[in-house]
Amino acid sequence: MINLVLRNILRMIFLVIFQVAVLNNVQLGGYINPYLYVLFILLLPFDTPKWLLLLSAFFLGLSVDLFTDTIGINTAACVFMAFCRPGVLSLIATKQEYEQGISPTVRDMGFKWFFSYSLILVFAHHIPLFFLEVFSFREFFHTLLRIGLSIVVTMFLLLISQFITYRPKK
Amino acid sequence: MKNFFDFLIRQYFFFLFLIMEVIAIIMVVQNNYYQKAGFINATNEITGRFLTTINSVSQYFSLADANRKLSEENAKLLSEAKKFRKANDTKVYHSNDTIYTQQFEFMSAKVVRNSTNKRNNYLTLDKGSKQGITKDMGVITSTGIVGIVKEVSENFSSVISVLHKDSKISAKIKKNGQLGTIEWSGGDYRYGELIDVPTHVKLLTGDTVITSGYSTSFPEGIIIGTILGYKIEKGDDFYTITIKFSTDFNSISYAYVIKNILKNELNKINKDLPND
Repeated sequence: MINLVLRNILRMIFLVIFQVAVLNNVQLGGYINPYLYVLFILLLPFDTPKWLLLLSAFFLGLSVDLFTDTIGINTAACVFMAFCRPGVLSLIATKQEYEQGISPTVRDMGFKWFFSYSLILVFAHHIPLFFLEVFSFREFFHTLLRIGLSIVVTMFLLLISQFITYRPKK
Repeated sequence: MKNFFDFLIRQYFFFLFLIMEVIAIIMVVQNNYYQKAGFINATNEITGRFLTTINSVSQYFSLADANRKLSEENAKLLSEAKKFRKANDTKVYHSNDTIYTQQFEFMSAKVVRNSTNKRNNYLTLDKGSKQGITKDMGVITSTGIVGIVKEVSENFSSVISVLHKDSKISAKIKKNGQLGTIEWSGGDYRYGELIDVPTHVKLLTGDTVITSGYSTSFPEGIIIGTILGYKIEKGDDFYTITIKFSTDFNSISYAYVIKNILKNELNKINKDLPND
């Protein structure tokens, strides 16, 4: 149990550092900014208490915000994404229950499940994020384009990260 | 009453979400209002230090480019100094300069963070209030304009890039002195927009756009970019001019912060004018 908590905390620190040190400096045509750090919320165990889910998402977003001078924007997006997670989980539930001991990864749940799970939640994160940043609907379609492109790259990174850390079942 | 509390507890997830989301949105709005809470300035120091560490690694990748720019600038300054000396030599009378007082001071600073891929971009500089930087100072590089200081902590300052939704820089066309405003509509960081130039003005692509000197942040004549193209929207009395920024925002490693020595005096006299 302690091990699990520690692992999640370390993952959070690593993802935040990776996000602000590497990904925020990636320049792809001025349109794309991938947000891999949402992986932390995706990978929280199934039986995480709901209040802890929201609270950790809040601090995850806030710590990224502090490094990007965009106080509140990532926080709001992360909290919204965490709010959506229980609903999404029950929406795409497969026949096998979300038991204790298995985690929301490609390894335990399969590629198809993880793909739809992460795609819906990345949408729930990117849409509020980009619209809060622009803070108006004046550039609506331009913002949609940026959201779409960033979602593609974020998803790509999420799936790659799954295969990098893939350990076959014993 | 008991029912009400039962309801709250059953729906606690939703209410907790609501509370947190409201806190986050309040932070966004507060941040938009230019004034940040004190605790964020304190953390600015911590994150600033962290970003400096990252930057000290990543700057190695741009060393060649930075060196080239610095040497180019050195050459330019040297030639200007030479020119100046020559002019002095030919002068017959030694004049005590009472007509021109120095109005602007330049301070060099390293850029520890920069972005160009957001709708609202910021830079962080490694100089702060300790080194005499205050809010609303202009920031430039040797190639052109960069932005305006938004906030200072003790050792760092945060700069609103020209690539920001709220950035409005007073500019003019060098050739004919026509005034306009520089904005950035998002998208490609290399191109911006010059608005508010009336349609009777004759324009040519390639014309240089410079700062007007009407704001207290920038002296007159700092280069902003060149006109790339222009059009008149139907029924509009003003041009929509696309300009190419002379600054390559993606490769800024050093910048100069401009201190306007006469700023207070200027602000005072402007304040005495009736508004509208």
